[in-house]
Amino acid sequence: MTVVLETRGLVKRFGGIAATNDVSLKVEKGARHALIGPNGAGKTTLINLLTGVLEPTAGTVALDGADITRLAAHRRARRGLVRTFQINQLFGELTPLQSLALTVSVHLGRSAGWWRPLGADPRVAEACEALLTRFRLDEVMNQKVALLAYGKRRLLEIATALACEPRVLLLDEPVAGVPEGERQEIFESINALPADVSVLLIEHDMDLVFNFARSVTVLVNGAVFAEGDVQAIANDPRVKAVYLGEQDHG
Amino acid sequence: MLTLLFDGIAYGMLLFVLAVGLAVTLGLMNFINLAHGAFAMAGGYVTVLLMNRLGVPFLVCLPIAFFATAAVGALLERTLYRPMYAKPHLDQVLFSIGLVFMAVTTVDYVVGSMQQNIRLPGWLQGRFAIEWVGIGKYRLFIIVVCGLLTVALQWVLSRTRFGSRLRASVDDPRVAGGLGLDVNRIFLLTFAVGSGLAGLGGALGAEVLGLDPTFPLKFMIYFLIVVSVGGTTTITGPLLAALLLGIADVAGKYYVPKLGAFIVYSLMIVILMLRPQGLFARASGK
Amino acid sequence: MSRPDVAASLRADARWRPWEIALFVVLALSWFFLPGQSLLLAEIAIVALFALSLDLILGYAGIVSLGHAAFFGFGAYGAALFAKHVMPDPLIGMAFAVAISAALGAATSVLILRGTDLTRLMVTLGVASILYELANKLEDLTGGADGLQGVVMAPLLGRFEFDIAGRTAYAYALVVLVVCTLIARRIVHSPFGISLQALRDNRLRATSIGLNVPARLVAVYTIAAAIAGAAGALLAQTTGFASLDVFDFHRSAEVLLILVIGGTGYLYGGIFGAIVFKLLHDLISAWTPQYWNFWLGLFLVVLVLVGRERLIRPHTWWRRGSGGALPAAAEGPGVPR
Repeated sequence: MTVVLETRGLVKRFGGIAATNDVSLKVEKGARHALIGPNGAGKTTLINLLTGVLEPTAGTVALDGADITRLAAHRRARRGLVRTFQINQLFGELTPLQSLALTVSVHLGRSAGWWRPLGADPRVAEACEALLTRFRLDEVMNQKVALLAYGKRRLLEIATALACEPRVLLLDEPVAGVPEGERQEIFESINALPADVSVLLIEHDMDLVFNFARSVTVLVNGAVFAEGDVQAIANDPRVKAVYLGEQDHG
Repeated sequence: MLTLLFDGIAYGMLLFVLAVGLAVTLGLMNFINLAHGAFAMAGGYVTVLLMNRLGVPFLVCLPIAFFATAAVGALLERTLYRPMYAKPHLDQVLFSIGLVFMAVTTVDYVVGSMQQNIRLPGWLQGRFAIEWVGIGKYRLFIIVVCGLLTVALQWVLSRTRFGSRLRASVDDPRVAGGLGLDVNRIFLLTFAVGSGLAGLGGALGAEVLGLDPTFPLKFMIYFLIVVSVGGTTTITGPLLAALLLGIADVAGKYYVPKLGAFIVYSLMIVILMLRPQGLFARASGK
Repeated sequence: MSRPDVAASLRADARWRPWEIALFVVLALSWFFLPGQSLLLAEIAIVALFALSLDLILGYAGIVSLGHAAFFGFGAYGAALFAKHVMPDPLIGMAFAVAISAALGAATSVLILRGTDLTRLMVTLGVASILYELANKLEDLTGGADGLQGVVMAPLLGRFEFDIAGRTAYAYALVVLVVCTLIARRIVHSPFGISLQALRDNRLRATSIGLNVPARLVAVYTIAAAIAGAAGALLAQTTGFASLDVFDFHRSAEVLLILVIGGTGYLYGGIFGAIVFKLLHDLISAWTPQYWNFWLGLFLVVLVLVGRERLIRPHTWWRRGSGGALPAAAEGPGVPR
């Protein structure tokens, strides 16, 4: 099994607090890996470190064997390391079509063009159409993103990540805030991801975790608390205790 | 040279008192108030008018300048500024520029555009020498008054309940509101005091900096330098920035008069490039 | 959804609207039908060009600058000095001014990459102030406070003399304005242009989809500086004069206001704003020449209190509320201002 994403001894300190404490993690090709842990465990911080939004205090991050610890965030995205955000991060004044068209253009290497209009390349239109249809955004594709309903915005959040043609996809609580009835759409699109895309999923919704993930890492207080395949973790009494707060882990 | 240092410190302390209100307003309400200089100008003109037309003694004018300007500040905060807090920075900039233009032209219309002069009371005029340092009495007076104000501000911030409420509101207005703090009243009081201090600074500075209707525009950049270099999360940050600016400006104009304010602007740009959040701000500040 | 819909929508964004075509036609015809107003119209065209350049960085890339006059002034003095000391050909002088303004823009663009809005305000203001001081102190070169006088231009294209009535000047300014607007139009509809709006709306997300935000900011700032420099060059070349006020804060504030009046982010705000502003200025100055700034200030205050977006949508003037601003889209700390 090839390892596509790996961290070694990753540490992030803010002042005296270690938000990420010596995390060593491996994500294999085609993985369906969940990252769980109580609130404040440092899951989003870890994602921020992996994507380059934050610089680590110590440790390394490697993508496909190449050290990317010092690589700029936008370059990591271009290499296929893509994430979604827990709180929607969208382009408010653009339309879904423009957002996706731009993203697709970036990954076709056409985003620096300044003379021909966006979408002059037919591949852009093709890719957008596929995404818009798949995420059921086709009806709202020409509306300003700021005016869309929350569920649609969440779908756009994920569609934008997929428009990047990710090789490693980091999903930060994809169904956060989405009402029950709309979660299904999102579950389905995650399940429909190609098998060779490696997925790291942060989630609180245990149904999603156990239905989707094959392996799990449990993060507590910024450090790896437990790791293993999903069955083992599901039955691990220590993990249950951490969530229910019976044991003290200061 | 020590005399220059002394003068620079006096200038810096004055700038601090003038700009501290702006720093707190920015840190607290996240509001870029380019019209802050207009309050300083108001304080200066109130003092000039009281002294020259009504013969009010200088020392009495100072607290009057403070309270009058604070009152105007409170009024404006409640009516005009409050709806502006949520607006984007561009709007705030346009708004405050508009206010400055209005203030400047109004003063020009009412009082005329000449420089205003204050006759300082006799005991504040002149200089005396200690060793190599020539000490202007008025500048010493400024340092003393501003120093006392700084100490008082620091005391209020760290020792009083209002101070801790203010600090809480600066850190996170939503949480502060959620805890039951009357954030609106805190904003109002803070803005009023900040404006009052600017007015007091204007009164003190009329003699040293010159007073005419273009005052807010001329000195706007200096106040902004103090705030952007000093950061908005502490009192000491702007204080140190103001002192640095005061000394740099006085020294620059003495040693290299050809370059004038060039040195100050360049220094500011270099500092902001190296530390965009301000030279003295806490890393986690705004 | 059938395929044409997506492709059609993408094309529709960049398609010429009827009113755009009408605008360009009116602009072209104005030279023929308003010969007596040429000097005034040339002024408006120059200011419109300046405002267009600001729209690129403010309306499209979201950079609030209080010192854009730095590039305007640099272009003005550059063109004037070039004409005086090198050669008086206007087009070559224009090319020179554009080149040096672009260089200045590229050099100073590093200053606007980091920091908050306030930091950017300060550094842009600082750069303009430094240039003002430099122009002031380097009297031998620039004429200091008196300004650079006696700039005599050679005929445009070797044939068209700059006449007193300003007909050549207006034609010149108009052509430059139209050319720059057309180029800007292509830019804003291109992937690069859309990426500018993206990084304005959400810098974090722009980076996360692979956009090199700093590089793009440098690029747009340089382009905007070049266009502002062209506007400054036009001023110097058509008036034969360059003075310190090209670097003045008032000029930066005024162009900001003109753009805001016309509307940011749709490219033509500079043109409309310049026309409205000039008309307002002449109207109010005729009535109260000394205190124009007061009414300007009042206008600004009211404009902002009422809501900028409402200005270009008169039907919202009588509706209460927050004036059509974005609905409370703030979902959390990640949303930029």
